[in-house]
Amino acid sequence: MALTQLSTRMQTGTRNSAPASDETRIRIRDVTLSYGNLQIIGGISLDVAAGETVCIIGPSGCGKTTLLRMLAGLAKPTSGSVELDGSMIAGPNRSVAIVFQDYGKALLPWRTAAGNVSLALEARGFPSAERPAIIRDLLEKIGLGRHADKYPAEMSGGMQQRLQIARCLAQEPKVLLMDEPFGALDAMTRQVLQDEVLGLVASTGATMVFVTHDLEEAIYLGDRIVCLQPNPGRVGRIVDVSLSRPRDQLLTREDPEFLRLRRELYDLIKDDHQ
Amino acid sequence: MSAAALLKSGWRAALLPVALVVVAQVAATVSHLESDSLASPFDIARAFVSVIADGSLLRATADTLKAAAVGCVLGVGGGSFLGIVLGLSRIADDALDLTIELLRPIPVVALIPVVMMLLGFGVEMEIVIIALGLLWPAVVLARAAVKEVEPRLMEVSNMLQLSFIARLTKIVLPAILPQLFMSLKLAAGYGLVVAVTVEITANPLGLGYGIMMAQQALRPAEMFAYLIWIGAIGWLVSAALNAAQRNFFPAFVKGEGR
Repeated sequence: MALTQLSTRMQTGTRNSAPASDETRIRIRDVTLSYGNLQIIGGISLDVAAGETVCIIGPSGCGKTTLLRMLAGLAKPTSGSVELDGSMIAGPNRSVAIVFQDYGKALLPWRTAAGNVSLALEARGFPSAERPAIIRDLLEKIGLGRHADKYPAEMSGGMQQRLQIARCLAQEPKVLLMDEPFGALDAMTRQVLQDEVLGLVASTGATMVFVTHDLEEAIYLGDRIVCLQPNPGRVGRIVDVSLSRPRDQLLTREDPEFLRLRRELYDLIKDDHQ
Repeated sequence: MSAAALLKSGWRAALLPVALVVVAQVAATVSHLESDSLASPFDIARAFVSVIADGSLLRATADTLKAAAVGCVLGVGGGSFLGIVLGLSRIADDALDLTIELLRPIPVVALIPVVMMLLGFGVEMEIVIIALGLLWPAVVLARAAVKEVEPRLMEVSNMLQLSFIARLTKIVLPAILPQLFMSLKLAAGYGLVVAVTVEITANPLGLGYGIMMAQQALRPAEMFAYLIWIGAIGWLVSAALNAAQRNFFPAFVKGEGR
């Protein structure tokens, strides 16, 4: 099974193959979304290649989260189409996983860490005899190996978010959607988790769409950065990130290209705020 | 509160009831009480011993508790089931909301003549009335609990494409279990009230009938013995359920602000 393909080199975020193949995983065409007279999203088109990591940034109210929810099948576009591997996304689909920002609300408080991961396996119809080994493996990979029997309330914010990511990985998703997953965490935990996620994405070959309000996070993680503009939400600019992989919290962030991108994105976002 | 702490501080709580009993006994003795409506604590205690000795009190207690328990399980069970369905299905809620709001305000004692006509006297009639009385509160509590289940958890179950049954058993039921138990706790007290009411007004069995018979036979000591016993039963049932709630749902009890 594909879980065994999870590399143990997740800490370093190694990506051995080319970041993205030519295969288009997600195709967004002329998508709009309105609630009554209020247009939230006004015509977005975007392709995401298989294995690519696309970060979405933009000022609040630009429809970042709404766009992500449409990819998850939790919201329906008013017009236009969202396709996964050539077929319309009509609703939630287990091959798409989403990590919510509010990890405290997304975990089952009455289940242990192992139990929470188990939920995804139960949904996929794994026999109970096979689950413990897979769960142990996943918790080990995400750094929760010693906390399998803890309840979410007994875990720190960073551990809870790790657990939510582990549950999403148990879905073995083709597409991993991240909705400002580290926004509520402290800076140090955030950096550790950024590296872990890069490692997991590299080793599983998953496609990732990562919504964040943190410009540096977007540059650090992404192959491309989509800047949305508000009222209604639309694509302002798409920026390619040519920084080499694996990325490194110190070296990458000191790279002149990183600093140039940060300046460019900052100017873009600043204009939208004025 | 632990047993030791209860003993330590218990004398303060016991002061008033003990004083009242002493005052009542002194007053009865001094006034040479000979009444068809009042009785001295000593006479009440003697009547209590005699109804225990002839088995009538325990038989009545068993009848009342059995009716209350079965009615409670049926009413809270059926009501919770209906409430969960209404909470999960907007269509069912829209279709039944008006009907429920029309039926809910009918006082349960008003159903006594109707159910009696259908089922006659006996324990079945009492159980049905108790169940009907507990049905609507259980519906309302369960429906509200389901609607308050964290929407994020429902999204998680959507993303995992859980079946309806899996969503019910893995997400909704565990999430509302503390509220369902709360509902059962409230229902138990109310169920006892309805049981005794039915027995006093109509049904010739149980503690309510016992207290009625004592009154009509002009035996006030026995009447008060039944009354105090009914109070003690209610207190015991509620204490047991509170202990169970603290045991099984400690976080929820804390959330109630205790």
